[in-house]
Amino acid sequence: MRDKQIENLKEYKYGFSTDIDSIKAPKGLNENVIKFISNIKKEPKWLLEWRLKAYQRLKVLKEPDWQKPKYPKIDYQDLYYYSAPKSFKDKPKSLDELDPKLLETYKKLGIPLQEQKRLNGIAVDAVFDSVSVATTFKDTLTKQGIIFCSISEAIQKYPDLVKKYLGSVIPITDHYFATLNSAVFTDGSFVYIPPGVRCPMELSTYFRINASDTGQFERTLIIADRGSYVSYLEGCTAPMRDENQLHAANVELVALDDAEIKYSTVQNWYPGDKDGKGGIYNFVTKRGLCQGKNSKISWTQVETGSAITWKYPSCILKGDNSIGEFYSIAITNNHQKADTGTKMIHIGENTKSKIISKGISAGYSDMTYRGLVDISKNAKNSSNYTQCDSLLMGNKCGAHTVPYIKNKNSDSNIAHEATTSKISEDQLHYCQQRGLNSEDAVGLIVNGFCKEVLQQLPMEFAVEAQKLVGISLEGSVG
Amino acid sequence: MEKQLKTDFKKTIDSSDYSQKEIIVKEKCLNEFIRSGFPSKKNEDWKFLDINQAIKSKIDNLNYFNENLPNELDPKIYIDGLEHNKIIFINGRIEKIDFKYEESDKFEIKDQFDNRGLLNNVNSLVDLNLALATKYYKILVKEHYSFKKPLIIYNITTNKISSKNINIRLDFDLKSNSCLKIIDYSIDKSEKNFVNIVYNFSLEKDAIIKNYKLDTAENDNIKYSYNNFNLDTNSVAENFILSLGSSFIKNEINCNLNGKYSSAFVNGIFNLDNNKSHEIKTSINHLNENTKSYQLIKSVLGQNTKSAFQGKIFVKSNAQKTDGYQLSKAILLSDNAEFNAKPELEIYADDVKCSHGSASGSLNQDSIFYIMSRGLNYNEAKELLINGFLLDVVEKITDNEIKNLIKNIMGLKE
Repeated sequence: MRDKQIENLKEYKYGFSTDIDSIKAPKGLNENVIKFISNIKKEPKWLLEWRLKAYQRLKVLKEPDWQKPKYPKIDYQDLYYYSAPKSFKDKPKSLDELDPKLLETYKKLGIPLQEQKRLNGIAVDAVFDSVSVATTFKDTLTKQGIIFCSISEAIQKYPDLVKKYLGSVIPITDHYFATLNSAVFTDGSFVYIPPGVRCPMELSTYFRINASDTGQFERTLIIADRGSYVSYLEGCTAPMRDENQLHAANVELVALDDAEIKYSTVQNWYPGDKDGKGGIYNFVTKRGLCQGKNSKISWTQVETGSAITWKYPSCILKGDNSIGEFYSIAITNNHQKADTGTKMIHIGENTKSKIISKGISAGYSDMTYRGLVDISKNAKNSSNYTQCDSLLMGNKCGAHTVPYIKNKNSDSNIAHEATTSKISEDQLHYCQQRGLNSEDAVGLIVNGFCKEVLQQLPMEFAVEAQKLVGISLEGSVG
Repeated sequence: MEKQLKTDFKKTIDSSDYSQKEIIVKEKCLNEFIRSGFPSKKNEDWKFLDINQAIKSKIDNLNYFNENLPNELDPKIYIDGLEHNKIIFINGRIEKIDFKYEESDKFEIKDQFDNRGLLNNVNSLVDLNLALATKYYKILVKEHYSFKKPLIIYNITTNKISSKNINIRLDFDLKSNSCLKIIDYSIDKSEKNFVNIVYNFSLEKDAIIKNYKLDTAENDNIKYSYNNFNLDTNSVAENFILSLGSSFIKNEINCNLNGKYSSAFVNGIFNLDNNKSHEIKTSINHLNENTKSYQLIKSVLGQNTKSAFQGKIFVKSNAQKTDGYQLSKAILLSDNAEFNAKPELEIYADDVKCSHGSASGSLNQDSIFYIMSRGLNYNEAKELLINGFLLDVVEKITDNEIKNLIKNIMGLKE
């Protein structure tokens, strides 16, 4: 039994859970739980009302069911909507006051929380279950006027900014999971870059689900004011549990005139075991609004974890000359399922978008690219280029491509290409001839296949992602 | 609607000589249609063109009972310059069957209902067709026989039409190593009718079907056509769709590549103007090894037009060595034109070569400049480019005689 456990651990090295006393909201979803969350976070009245409004709407909404990966019905009343480490009731002022057990957890995860590790040069906001536990490098950032903190803190300190932008990209009238998040979101990161500032370092958030039976509902809001630039990274892990856990986050990006936001994700939630038991349901809503002229939003994602991934990071290109980009690698193995892609909504003139999606499926898994390119009547001179390639390993898995293309403007161009194939025998043979074993050869070829996307990641992440690509495919060859 | 359907259904049954068994099947289909109704935008397959909306806004007093009165036949409508066999439908009733170019013992025309070709529960429109089609015909081509001349199916509607909806159903059975060429040609003189056509093809080993569908005459009807193909080993289905005239038409092609080495081709042209909405939906199901499919769809879209292409390539896990290709291109000539595409791949086998592409945009200004610098005016340059753009698809037609006929109809120059 124990051997088996160790064996399992080898496969997903972030599968441990940390024993920490936690405060939980009563199980279930109702107005009282929402009030409880709002109360414990000492939120202003307008936010509570906003949450309740979302909850009212949620009651009449139906869960969508058009997605490819089907899952057993989620009992929303059987979940904890708030779980926080007990020692956090009064938020620690500095890292020294942090629960050592927490610090240890993040050390295991390899996240540079301690400021000593200055060399890493990444400012981190760590979210543990439902609350943000620590944010590093605050001083350096504050000097430039950059706000990087947990969203709860932002609600207290910068209510005007939050009030202005919260829900401006993902309104409470959105789809089921986004509305659920609006009603019960617990914490997340908040970033504001003042006009003309180029953020001197990568900002990063690390999400971790620890407690069982909890859903994680974080909300991230990033605002890049005129002429600013920010690169933001997001990583996530969860302990191994037999039951499925829900993760329904909302991420909103707003780019004003001439601003640029680069958002990178390396998603490595627990994918479930070999037989598809357990794992995270990753139902995330990510949407960016290029509100200003010449603004740019770029999404990069490496999706290797989760039992089911179901998300479409999107760009609304409202400002003239704005640019949207989407780079994605999605890898599914064993019984994982993914239905992911993007939406590019062209509204402004001269808007451009680019989509590069690489899907790899192995084992018994199922991968779907689903995307929408919509060029509206007034988006003169817009263009889109889409490329989505899939690689299949074995005949027990599936790879699907479902693009929706809508062109309503005669001055605009859309080009879409997709291919599906397997790793060619020739390439494998060539590598093996030069002394690589079959596993390494596949790793090399897959890395080449993904290169276009990996290149888009910041250096620190690229290395991690490359390793992750290798690990995710282990045992799928031969 | 339900009451009307039921009374019209009863009239249809009373006026024909269906067996009890057939009536039961038809009743089932009718109930299925009543349950689901005309498909609307909410249905994923009808996302781009909403037939429910179109029927509601165009056709009032929708009724279904076709009295089947004999009609006058005007020989002037025959296509010139091509010797051909004929089946002539006028207002949904077969007026003439003429196979004078063929050996009479090599083919059969049956009018017995055959459960094998049943297509229930495909979608509600096919159910409607099954329930209300007044006559059933099956054309059987015997082994090792190639039709000498193409068969032209004339679908004619006149202003004497007695119902708002006509349903036509034909089955084709091609025995092994046989060959048949069909041209589906419609002439519409009626207005605001809903024409619902279902063809079912089954091909045995080595059989070849060439299916050309021409919708050329300007008309204000709503049309739906569903063609189903079952292909056995090494058989070939070639489809060409010319979508020009109707104000609303959806052509749906479903190919099941059941046998090894079977292949399917779908090529289509939309050349639209004046408020027309057309769609082609294909689903090619690769169900066995070494099967092949090729699809090429091109659109030229003028004022207030809309074209949609939904193409799906499905590859089953045992269908290794599949080769699937699909390309859709569109030129938008007006700011009020709209092109929608949903090229879909659903693949469960690893040793396959599947790809699709889709491109849409305006005419290439550089090309226009190049041609104008050679002395042509703007309109001539534009025409030349569109000519070339569409000719590409017509050239895929493998039958030379028919290719020339279609070129003439379209006024394409080489």
